[in-house]
Amino acid sequence: MTKILLTASAAAIAVAMSAGSAAARDQIQIAGSSTVLPYAAIVAEAFGENFEYPTPVVESGGSGAGRKKLCEGVGENTIDIANSSSRIKQSDIDLCASNGVTEIQEVRIGYDGIVFASDINGESFAFTPADWHAALAAKVVKDGELVDNPNKTWADVNPDLPAQNILAFIPGTKHGTREVFDEKVILDGCEENGTMEALMAANGGDEDAAEDACTTLRTDGVSVDIDGDYTETLARIDANKNGIGVFGLSFYQNNTDKLQVATMNNVVPSVESIASGEYPVSRPLYFYVKNAHLDVIPGMQQYVEFFVSDEIAGPDGPLAAYGLVSDPELAKTQEMVANRTPMGPLN
Amino acid sequence: MTDVTAASPAAARPKGGSLYERGERTRRRHAAERRFRALGLAAVTFGILALFGLLGSILYNGTSSFWQTYVTLDIYLDPAKLDKSGNRDPEELQKLTTFSYAPLISAAMAAKMEETGIEIEGLNAKAAGEIISKEAPATLRNAVLADPSMIGKTVTFELLANGRIDGYYKDRVTMASAELDRNVSPQQLMLADALKEAGALSTRFNLAFFTAPDASDTRPEAAGLGVAILGSAYMMLIVLALSLPIGVAASIYLEEFAPQNWLTDIIEVNISNLAAVPSIVFGILGLAVFINYVGLPQSAPIVGGLVLTLMTLPTIIIATRAALKAVPPSIREAALGVGASKMQTIFHHVLPLAAPGILTGTIIGLAQALGETAPLLLIGMVAFVREFPDAPPGGLFDPAAALPVQVYNWTQRGDPAFVERASGAIIVLLVFLIVMNGIAILLRRRFERRW
Repeated sequence: MTKILLTASAAAIAVAMSAGSAAARDQIQIAGSSTVLPYAAIVAEAFGENFEYPTPVVESGGSGAGRKKLCEGVGENTIDIANSSSRIKQSDIDLCASNGVTEIQEVRIGYDGIVFASDINGESFAFTPADWHAALAAKVVKDGELVDNPNKTWADVNPDLPAQNILAFIPGTKHGTREVFDEKVILDGCEENGTMEALMAANGGDEDAAEDACTTLRTDGVSVDIDGDYTETLARIDANKNGIGVFGLSFYQNNTDKLQVATMNNVVPSVESIASGEYPVSRPLYFYVKNAHLDVIPGMQQYVEFFVSDEIAGPDGPLAAYGLVSDPELAKTQEMVANRTPMGPLN
Repeated sequence: MTDVTAASPAAARPKGGSLYERGERTRRRHAAERRFRALGLAAVTFGILALFGLLGSILYNGTSSFWQTYVTLDIYLDPAKLDKSGNRDPEELQKLTTFSYAPLISAAMAAKMEETGIEIEGLNAKAAGEIISKEAPATLRNAVLADPSMIGKTVTFELLANGRIDGYYKDRVTMASAELDRNVSPQQLMLADALKEAGALSTRFNLAFFTAPDASDTRPEAAGLGVAILGSAYMMLIVLALSLPIGVAASIYLEEFAPQNWLTDIIEVNISNLAAVPSIVFGILGLAVFINYVGLPQSAPIVGGLVLTLMTLPTIIIATRAALKAVPPSIREAALGVGASKMQTIFHHVLPLAAPGILTGTIIGLAQALGETAPLLLIGMVAFVREFPDAPPGGLFDPAAALPVQVYNWTQRGDPAFVERASGAIIVLLVFLIVMNGIAILLRRRFERRW
């Protein structure tokens, strides 16, 4: 037995040592946003079915982590494409440049709606961003003065809303969705209901400080950060029927038998109302392509073109069916991808 | 002491009273013992209840993933749609995407409904076709590419039913929930019932769950554990091939040859410490050393295997040393006494006697490594992988998933059908673990000797 063991271990060590000279990679490696992941998986699957090339490997792990991995350098043990639910940052571009990744394509694949949903058998809600700010902010204006948020029920916030205890499950700060929630709901609401003005006055006209104060949420257990994914938010609502959760449109669309969606400014979120811009809470989704790999990894150019083709990312394609709001400027993106136009400096 | 008691006339009787009556202290002692027993029993009951609750919910959610609903359809492979030029050129067929195959399925469904006389109010042809999985066009395309002579014929295919239809026969979807669900309508469920009556729809054992690769969020019915099982098997191979010999060699040296000094003491302490290091730390190490420094590929079982080897080594070394220590010194002394060298003593006598203990430790270490997810997060194995890795050794460098990673992935998916899949994957993982631990117990029972 010992002889077999020794031989096996010698062989295994030899394999490990020869690893540095492993065969060239023939699978596209993608990493990044968990919001983009389902879309990327749908495209990767269809790509693998319809092309000679193998199905790309799609990792999740977050937009920021994905972009950082993309910028690690050029070479086969670095990823080819980073999915991102927020735009690339200047710090990422600088990191890329310092590691020799100079040409990156920015591909916008469409828009993602963020919806507010509650238990299907509960009350229905019609929100405005101002309601959300008044319900969740740490400081609100009451009788002309800034006070700690005293609101207990949604009816305290807005008499038109049901008298149900406020309980919100919002994405944790590590999620890209939180950024959009803060900016398009809380901050807009802060301006709408006049808290912004009061905060500006309190901070001596410092806008940044006022904005920070606007998006500071109360910490008395009414607003619950969910660091997991939407399945966790759904489970929380299931356990606590009073809760209202923040979801991606596609997740809601897959669970319409358990959730009812709230309107925002009287607009029902749907692929159409987001595409027309009527529904206010949405954001673009991107992926970033390392141009240096385009001619090295087989099928990479085809994958990128396939992703933004009309039959995939168009309004009748499988991505739109899953909840992605198709980009009206898709033709422009297709042209850019075909020409491999790298992105310019951030504006 | 006796003097003191004797001095007091009242204490002439023994303090505890008669042996036939229970005194106060005895009662208290017995009560304490009963309380402790009750507490112990409560603890065990709580443990068992928690275990049953957990297993119960997993089995309740997961067993249905071992069954799958299929629809049998006769599909006319229309040459006008599939091969316009009519020359069956494989290259041209290759260019035709799955999108061109989807209408054939809707047409076949319409034909089937006409043939069996199924009429459902408010159900259009598109919705009727949608009760078939989105995987089906790929099934058709692969069949046609494999055998282009099929074009122009009517071929019988057994296709996956859509996840919601499948859920209907697993009580996950009901007529009431379908009313609210935008992905399925009650009419579609009625169609499924009618097809079942006509014998075109059946639920049977889901072998594909063990052999098929992962699938995207739009087709949970097609998702399987094939790549994950293979990836886990590759990693276990690497862990076994590396950690057993290295671990045994290290233990033998430390136990039998190494001098007792401060250096070996430090090594000993460090091995025990390593066993308690959180596994994510090994993942960080793996990323830094194996991927960034050595340049091994991402998402590959070789990196996962190496990382898990590092994680398993302390367990194996500790178990092996315990097993070697358990061999009585008389065996060594007898061997040395008849003139065996130290090495002969160890390899001919000590090691075979310690083997059951070593193997038990190894298997327990492997089982631990099999269920490990955290270190794999950092080395890119938590990914959507549909391509099967090649056979080893080359395949060790191909991307693959792993069983616990697949569970983690599936619990994050939006479609409720993945809850069932994730629980099913947990059951598969548990079965593997039970089998491994069973083997460990069996080995111990059969071969372990006590002195």
